[in-house]
Amino acid sequence: MGKNHPNVDDYVISRVRALESLLLEKGLLAPDAVDRVIRRYEASTGPMLGARAVARAWRDPAYRHRLLNDPTAALGDFGVTYDRLVVVENTPARHNVVVCTLCSCYPWDVMGLPPTWYKMPAYRSRAVSEPRQVLAEFGLVVPPEREIRVWDSSAELRYMVLPMAPASAARLDEDALAAHITREALIGVAEVHLPDGAS
Amino acid sequence: MDGVHDLGGMHGFGPVEREENEPPFHGRWEAVVVAIEAAMLAVGCYNIDEFRHGIERMDPAHYLGSSYFEHWLDGIARVLMEKGVVDAADLDARTRLFQERPDAPLGAPPAGTGPAAGAGRRALTSFRTPVAPPRFAIGSAVTTRTMHPAGHTRLPRYARGKRGVIEAHRGFHVFPDTSAHGLGDQPQHVYSVRFEAHDLWGEAAEPNQRIYIDLWESYLLAA
Repeated sequence: MGKNHPNVDDYVISRVRALESLLLEKGLLAPDAVDRVIRRYEASTGPMLGARAVARAWRDPAYRHRLLNDPTAALGDFGVTYDRLVVVENTPARHNVVVCTLCSCYPWDVMGLPPTWYKMPAYRSRAVSEPRQVLAEFGLVVPPEREIRVWDSSAELRYMVLPMAPASAARLDEDALAAHITREALIGVAEVHLPDGAS
Repeated sequence: MDGVHDLGGMHGFGPVEREENEPPFHGRWEAVVVAIEAAMLAVGCYNIDEFRHGIERMDPAHYLGSSYFEHWLDGIARVLMEKGVVDAADLDARTRLFQERPDAPLGAPPAGTGPAAGAGRRALTSFRTPVAPPRFAIGSAVTTRTMHPAGHTRLPRYARGKRGVIEAHRGFHVFPDTSAHGLGDQPQHVYSVRFEAHDLWGEAAEPNQRIYIDLWESYLLAA
């Protein structure tokens, strides 16, 4: 399974079940809590509220301004109450990338579940000290004249990157654009690419 | 604490390994861990800082050799046992039961109670009402403290004793270094502090790079 997925033995699975069982009996865990988590992250809040906000920002300069300067209000347009997001903007002169070196802080309410690599030691150790090398391994070569800003989420603020809009973004509506905005782009390890002929 | 969790700048972990078409969860047990963590925070069995410090105290070799949700399991169980919510012998016995009989029934909530996680939900926010003005202005030069507390802290090892500049004010927040140890919220101003890569990594720094870290006021000294 590789370094990301050390084999999970049946002790771990049994211990989780034991904890679930004891907390159910104590009335501390609701009987439907697990199903709600599965439904939430498999269906409704995949990574994509953040993608929708980015798509809207690309199409609407006033929304872009709000997303960067008052993200709580900008997210409120989607019916979400989330008061601790900071949005950092990529430009031709500047590329942003997000990490949490101490644990794995990530804006779950806006970007869904973090990818496993985000939570593993290789990314957390290297993103602050050799981000250009890490980004190159993701296939993103940032030339030396383009500044890199690394955001280490050490407090309760959470970070999302506003990627640069691809040249052909204006051809697509918000829903179609959002479908091409990956969580990798919102973390800052990828740009957004639209397939040829997307419309 | 200077634990294995404090990974920024460490060497030797190799390339970032990505998983193509990664599923949301790799098994039901991961979703169970997420559900338990959310419920424990909402009910108030522990706070987020106690939970993080629980993970930090994992055996270092186990930390590096296990998956992310195993970290959560370890931290949750440790803190629940310390607080007396779950008895260690009960948890061990129940674990053995499910190892021997994976299909044994889970058990049911106590009779006469409603949905458990509904009652006593707390607002989970670290923001507090400021009781003092911020000490540092945007653009001020600061130096981070050189400190090696045995307990919980959110000043990463790689950024201690370093020069930086106040980039932004992030509000007034619960202080993890006390909150993790039952010593109260003791809220402080938090700032985004900008560091030049060269000031953190010396000659090894990549060109044209800056690092921004959100830091509590007491981690900072006027430079």
